[in-house]
Amino acid sequence: MESSVMKRERPSSEQELSNTPVKRKAASAAMSEARSGEIPKETIGDISHPDPVMVCRGVNVFYADKQAIFDVDLDIGRNQVISMIGPSGCGKSTFLRCLNRMNDTIDIARVTGSISLDGTDIYDRKLDVVPLRARVGMVFQKPNPFPKSIYENVAYGPRIHGLARDKVELDEIVHSSLERAGLLKEVKDRLEQPGTGLSGGQQQRLCIARAIAVSPEVILMDEPCSALDPIATARIEDLIDELKENYTICIVTHSMQQAARVSQRTAYFHLGYLVEVDETDKIFTNPSHKLTEDYITGRFG
Amino acid sequence: MSNSTQSRDATRQVAERTMKRVNASLRKRYRAERRFRMYGILSVMLGIGFLAVLLIDIAGKGYTAFLQTYIELEVYFDPQVIAPDGALDEETLRMANYNSLIRESLAYLFPGATSRSDRRALGALVSNSAPFQLQQMVMENPGLIGQTARVTLLASADADMVMKGMISRRVPEAERRLSDMQIAWLDTLEDRGRVEKHFNKAFFTHGDSRDPEQAGIWGAIKGSFYMLAVTLVLSFPIGIGAAVYLEEFAPRNRWTDLIEVNINNLAAVPSIVFGLLGLAVFINFFGMPRSAPFVGGLVLTVMTLPTVIISSRAALTSVPPSIREAALGMGASKMQTTFHHVVPLAMPGMLTGTIIGMARALGESAPLLMIGMVAFIVDVPKGLFDPSTALPVQIYLWADAPERAFVERTSAAIIVLLAFLILMNSLAIYLRRKFERRW
Repeated sequence: MESSVMKRERPSSEQELSNTPVKRKAASAAMSEARSGEIPKETIGDISHPDPVMVCRGVNVFYADKQAIFDVDLDIGRNQVISMIGPSGCGKSTFLRCLNRMNDTIDIARVTGSISLDGTDIYDRKLDVVPLRARVGMVFQKPNPFPKSIYENVAYGPRIHGLARDKVELDEIVHSSLERAGLLKEVKDRLEQPGTGLSGGQQQRLCIARAIAVSPEVILMDEPCSALDPIATARIEDLIDELKENYTICIVTHSMQQAARVSQRTAYFHLGYLVEVDETDKIFTNPSHKLTEDYITGRFG
Repeated sequence: MSNSTQSRDATRQVAERTMKRVNASLRKRYRAERRFRMYGILSVMLGIGFLAVLLIDIAGKGYTAFLQTYIELEVYFDPQVIAPDGALDEETLRMANYNSLIRESLAYLFPGATSRSDRRALGALVSNSAPFQLQQMVMENPGLIGQTARVTLLASADADMVMKGMISRRVPEAERRLSDMQIAWLDTLEDRGRVEKHFNKAFFTHGDSRDPEQAGIWGAIKGSFYMLAVTLVLSFPIGIGAAVYLEEFAPRNRWTDLIEVNINNLAAVPSIVFGLLGLAVFINFFGMPRSAPFVGGLVLTVMTLPTVIISSRAALTSVPPSIREAALGMGASKMQTTFHHVVPLAMPGMLTGTIIGMARALGESAPLLMIGMVAFIVDVPKGLFDPSTALPVQIYLWADAPERAFVERTSAAIIVLLAFLILMNSLAIYLRRKFERRW
């Protein structure tokens, strides 16, 4: 009896960990655990960034009674790409969706902790999600253009937010967005044709054009290439590299090569915990934690 | 060595036995499959057979109603009969005894019929409406008075039935509506080329009548049209509004579950119950007029709403969630997401559901009986509050009528009703095909 009680208080297996919040200990203790393969009490690496756009502190996400994200602290740096990696079900997409409050659309989801965008708490009761989502755009896993023309797809955001004063200005926004998404050359003669008639890679670039048409600060990308072939993937990756000049990009990916290619910082999630976050080069060449190492060397995940 | 040979033999034996059993069971499986296919084909054939019998029966009985027998007579517009005192004012022209003009011209053709009863029997060959036809002619053109004109008059329903062969000549005279003599007269008229069949325009332009030859479905069609207009105007926006709210905006809790269960149950409630509801609420409580298409439309709205809501919700559910996410991710509000993207994509499904609900409403008679639309109404309704009947109720009324001539009219009205239903269903299919995927 007594031993089972003890076990509950000090979870050792990953299974139990996923359901039990961990009490934090000193950072030094966490470092000593780094080689053991257990989830550290505190995120390893540098969670902060000198010039953050978004600052997340103590973020927990619950789906009904089940906790999906545990106490995540993370800064998202301006004009750089941060990638979030981890095995399936580790909560990286859930965390991403917290950043523009897309979790609000799920009735049972509940978010605690604080996330701020340029110093404003985005979970403030008084804050309206509509302007938030105009500032934090999103690109989804499966290309999901509206079943309307290419032009209408890109023009939709500026239209509902009233960004263009007249047709000329709207044309200008549509063209420059398509241009920046690297799609203009391919579609400029058929803007009135349906967006759903494009190839998968083109559709995804159309979705990116649609997202940047409202000039967001941050673009969230939830596995944007997982439904695309390698050539289309390469084009999107090039595009991400160009876009970071003007935008901050958070990308969730299952491909470690992709994370290594496109991102400057990498965050490794495991069973709802942010295990390690650091410069991408450091994570992929010299990870501090055993779980991170196991994952990026392909031992699981 | 021998050991391994033995075991190999044993393995082979087991394999052979397995194959034998598999083959035996295979035959059984194929037989079962063939049997099942036969049952399937049989039941489909049965269904098609019944449908064919129904359609052939209705078409066979009904097609004759689209032709009507007319008798051509030379009528002398006798000034002595029309205006004995010489005054040609409107009142005189309206009240004149046009019947005697017809009797005279018939008597002229058949000088043998001199007795009063014979002349009455002769007059029975022509419809009761014939004098009104002459009245109208004279009132429009008083110059006819004193002249002789060839006039095509509507034959009576009995004469029509004899000409169409519906009243058999072999039936004993006593059991027949027309006597031997009347039939002989008809034959004589036909020999002289004075009996002809024309397209039955009156069937499509008249209201109901006690005289089958004058009865038409225009009143019923108009009644049905007004009713469906009311139903469409009410059930389409209410149904779609309810569906959109329940599907897109309402929280999922015990109340919405309860509402959903109730809507599903209402869709299965017998339609006459809705008629009782209409009687109790609209007529008794709100004091609306009986037999009015407006009340009928209200009752049918209540009846079709569950169907419309259920099919609209199904259409909304089938819109992929990725579209909603895309719009929300762009910063569209819930309302904008719903009305810019989700509802337009669900619209073909919603329209189909509504049209099918309308088709059901068009064919419904039971609830209308309860609100008095089963009354005998001759006038064609001019508005939503005029008393009227509806097509299915008209069919029911005629099916109940004893006159032989109403049999073909019943079937003809059914043909018209079926034509409308097929038209509406084809429209639903067309809309679904056209807008199913917009690109």
